[in-house]
Amino acid sequence: MDDILDIQNVSKQFGPRQALNQVSFKLGSGTITGLLGSNGSGKSTLMKLIAGLAWPGSGRISILGVPVGVESKKLVSFMPDVPVTESWMNIGDALRFQQDFYPDFDQAKALRMLDFMKLRTADKVRTLSKGMNERLQLTLALSRRARLYLLDEPIGGVDPVARTKILNALMEFYEEDSSILLSTHLVTDIERIFDEVIFLKDGEIVLHRPVEELRQEHGKSVDELFREVFAEC
Amino acid sequence: MGIEFDNNQPIYLQIMNYIKGEIITGKLKPGDKIPSVRELAAELQINPNTVQRTFQELERETIVETRRGMGRYVTGSEETILTVKKEMAQDVLDRFIRGMQELGFQGEDILTAVAENIHQRNQEQGE
Repeated sequence: MDDILDIQNVSKQFGPRQALNQVSFKLGSGTITGLLGSNGSGKSTLMKLIAGLAWPGSGRISILGVPVGVESKKLVSFMPDVPVTESWMNIGDALRFQQDFYPDFDQAKALRMLDFMKLRTADKVRTLSKGMNERLQLTLALSRRARLYLLDEPIGGVDPVARTKILNALMEFYEEDSSILLSTHLVTDIERIFDEVIFLKDGEIVLHRPVEELRQEHGKSVDELFREVFAEC
Repeated sequence: MGIEFDNNQPIYLQIMNYIKGEIITGKLKPGDKIPSVRELAAELQINPNTVQRTFQELERETIVETRRGMGRYVTGSEETILTVKKEMAQDVLDRFIRGMQELGFQGEDILTAVAENIHQRNQEQGE
């Protein structure tokens, strides 16, 4: 399998606080990986470094062999944990903005996804519920023809029905030759879509394994293992 | 399809057993087309590679056949289906006998208990 993402010995410090410490891992093509950790474990920081929105203190990150920088941004689509849209926009405006920023934005796919998500281009972003807004953000991120999708907490803070809708959309619109790195602290609803999981604790990787192997070996769900590892948090 | 997944066990095994069950009970018939990886992954909200692995295992056991460019089909061989049925029956039996042994029943005792139970059921049905 080709490596889509290669991270070597990445550390990042914010003042006295060590946000990431010697993080190394690779992601193969066509895989969906769960980046699991409690709040403040370093998930969002790691996502931002991979997206090229912040720089590591030390270590190297490359996407398909391209070091993180202007060129790598063409390969990576990032859905941050805060909306990328402005409150004055309607959904049509949001799509046009995305298209202006990213030449690989697939308008036809975006419209299909909007339809699936029950969103209309005339809807005002300001009036969307939290769940609807998550659906829009996911549409914007997945409609780019990227090789690596970084989805930061795509199901955070939405109710179970909206969660199911978002998972359905992920499975429906995911391109199989690309890879997804998805961060979450809600494991149970989503663990069946992962190939692999990475447990990030206090800025360090404590586990990186295929999920079916974990189930086979421990006779436990990923959620249960997650709770054991993060029990004292 | 309706599967209640148990996240404590490998998912591919659960999908395998589900499909085998559908074949044995005749809900999927010999020669029937089975859904694509993509369709099943979307429907069950399961990782596509997990579904892929399920199909590979089913192919290895010759329960499912791939026809080039046309998709996957349930085997046309009644013999293979009978074998699967026997294997699944064997699993049920193994679990049952282990359970009885844990309760202290041995060889002949188990046979007697089963015979009595079936006899009783037949009588109840006859009434």
